[in-house]
Amino acid sequence: MPQSHIMPGFRPTLGFTLFYLALIVLIPLSALVFKSMQLSLDQYGDILTNARVQASFRVSFVSALIAAGIAALFGFIIAWTLVRYPFPGKRLFDALIDLPFALPTAVAGIVLAAIYEPNGWIGRIVMDTLGVQIAYKPLGIVFALIFIGLPFVVRTVEPVLQEFDTAMEEAAASLGANRLQTFIRIILPNILPATLTGFALAFARGVGEYGSVIFIAGNMPYVSEIVPLLIITKLEQYDYAGATAIGLTMLVISFLLLLLVNALQWWVRRRSGQL
Amino acid sequence: MSITLNNIGKRFGNFAALDNINLEIPEGELVALLGPSGCGKTTLLRIIAGLEQADRGQVLLNGSDVTDQPVKNRQIGFVFQHYALFRHMTVFDNIAFGLRVKPRKERPSETKIQEKVHALLNLVQLDWLADRFPDQLSGGQRQRIALARALAVEPSVLLLDEPFGALDASVRKDLRLWLRHLHHELNVTSIFVTHDQEEAMEVASQIVVLNHGKIEQKGSPSEIYDSPNNDFVSRFIGHTNVFQLEKDDSSWLAGAGIIIDDPKGIVAHVRPHNIQVEKPQDPANSPVYLKDWQHLGAIIRLELSKDGTNGKATTIFAEMPNEQFRELALQKGDRLSLHIKHAHWFN
Repeated sequence: MPQSHIMPGFRPTLGFTLFYLALIVLIPLSALVFKSMQLSLDQYGDILTNARVQASFRVSFVSALIAAGIAALFGFIIAWTLVRYPFPGKRLFDALIDLPFALPTAVAGIVLAAIYEPNGWIGRIVMDTLGVQIAYKPLGIVFALIFIGLPFVVRTVEPVLQEFDTAMEEAAASLGANRLQTFIRIILPNILPATLTGFALAFARGVGEYGSVIFIAGNMPYVSEIVPLLIITKLEQYDYAGATAIGLTMLVISFLLLLLVNALQWWVRRRSGQL
Repeated sequence: MSITLNNIGKRFGNFAALDNINLEIPEGELVALLGPSGCGKTTLLRIIAGLEQADRGQVLLNGSDVTDQPVKNRQIGFVFQHYALFRHMTVFDNIAFGLRVKPRKERPSETKIQEKVHALLNLVQLDWLADRFPDQLSGGQRQRIALARALAVEPSVLLLDEPFGALDASVRKDLRLWLRHLHHELNVTSIFVTHDQEEAMEVASQIVVLNHGKIEQKGSPSEIYDSPNNDFVSRFIGHTNVFQLEKDDSSWLAGAGIIIDDPKGIVAHVRPHNIQVEKPQDPANSPVYLKDWQHLGAIIRLELSKDGTNGKATTIFAEMPNEQFRELALQKGDRLSLHIKHAHWFN
């Protein structure tokens, strides 16, 4: 540790960081690993190859991916509107964005289910016009996860858009670019890394989301049963080892996916000279 | 391409940013829009570019009305104050941008683009930076890349917004000269905005002085300096001493060489180099003494203090060549006599 730092405190702050990380994150997660070690590899394999387990993994990850993708798109548009245009009630609207952060997720789930169920306000209209049922179907899970994930995207994209130098757009226009070319070649590359971060956050949150989903999903095994629910089910049957096995697998997959998104971000930043 | 502005007016709320601007800029000129901050010079430049719309009036490029044309159809090159380089693109891609966004029919082939970009990079003497990103360049380099990018689309008018504003003094000096030479080489009609009168004098062939949204004077640098139209221009261009006949000691002024019997105005502006400083025959009676001086290189600026009749001292600046200062061998506190060689009168 070189002594040339202006601010003292490298040792205590690093110590605190490691202690905190160990206490809150690493120790509980390694407990998960140890618990699942009670199982032999065969037992572990049996649990994971179980058709119902596999179906729930598919439901969880596919719906989280779709929801994060849609949230990224919508969140981008909302952030754009909030940053670029003045309109009445903007501050109120801006405050509303954060509501899903604060709302108990179960409340969100119940409200969403009530509105989107086949007899609900919106659910009925969609049912009548398109013949599509939202609540109590996998589609309902996607709806709930969009609701949960949206603020993550808006809040990560917004500051980057605010900082974006609009003179770059004027420069592009003065060089003969039309608006579409300016958007695709100038704005998008500068905002993409932040949008990817928002996507990753929304996705990570979506995979682990429990409260809002179980009320709207219908929770049909093989169809709309998410992994967290399956873990709870196993726990209720005192199958602790089984629950930890599923939990550990979920952890590993989530970690790999987030790593992938980070790598993608790094690649985008590097390609656009931001590293 | 010539530029004509007819009755341009622009308001921001209740504030008149530009008021009835009429201006004719012939082809091939290098014009400075000069004025203090908030005088509307940048707004005027942006209106010529089409980045902003005037409330009233017309913009004519080469005689054709482009008032309603968007910036991308005006064939102008614009260099932004903070360069506005595309930070996610390399220097090469920045310069190639204007060529690559052309409609397919007009777009040059990739080899043509390569040739052109390298030719421009050579023109701004930065060919070795082609693969860098803007964040890795110095201010002066960014400025030149921004210029090369604007030139890539072969604009018929080049507009520069405070082109040297964000650079340090020595780089600014080099770039001023370089811009002048570049203009000689390309001969494209150019307008640049500046608040620095020295910069305008050094670079431009024509200067337009703006204040409070109005044109105060237009002319060559020597016209502006030697015969300012009014009080504002005289104060803004170069240093000047201001003597007010009513307030200042008029008998002293008469003794210093100003004709006050038949004054052409009530305020006399005297450039520091138009004041001749001598050792007085009768030092005790001279109201002026040397307070301090500054060494400006070839010339010395004397800071003189004149005792007023009412007991208040006024400061007068005079300038003389280095050699003369040495010959006079002046000390701080020496009494001096002044001779005013030339004054501009205003009301």
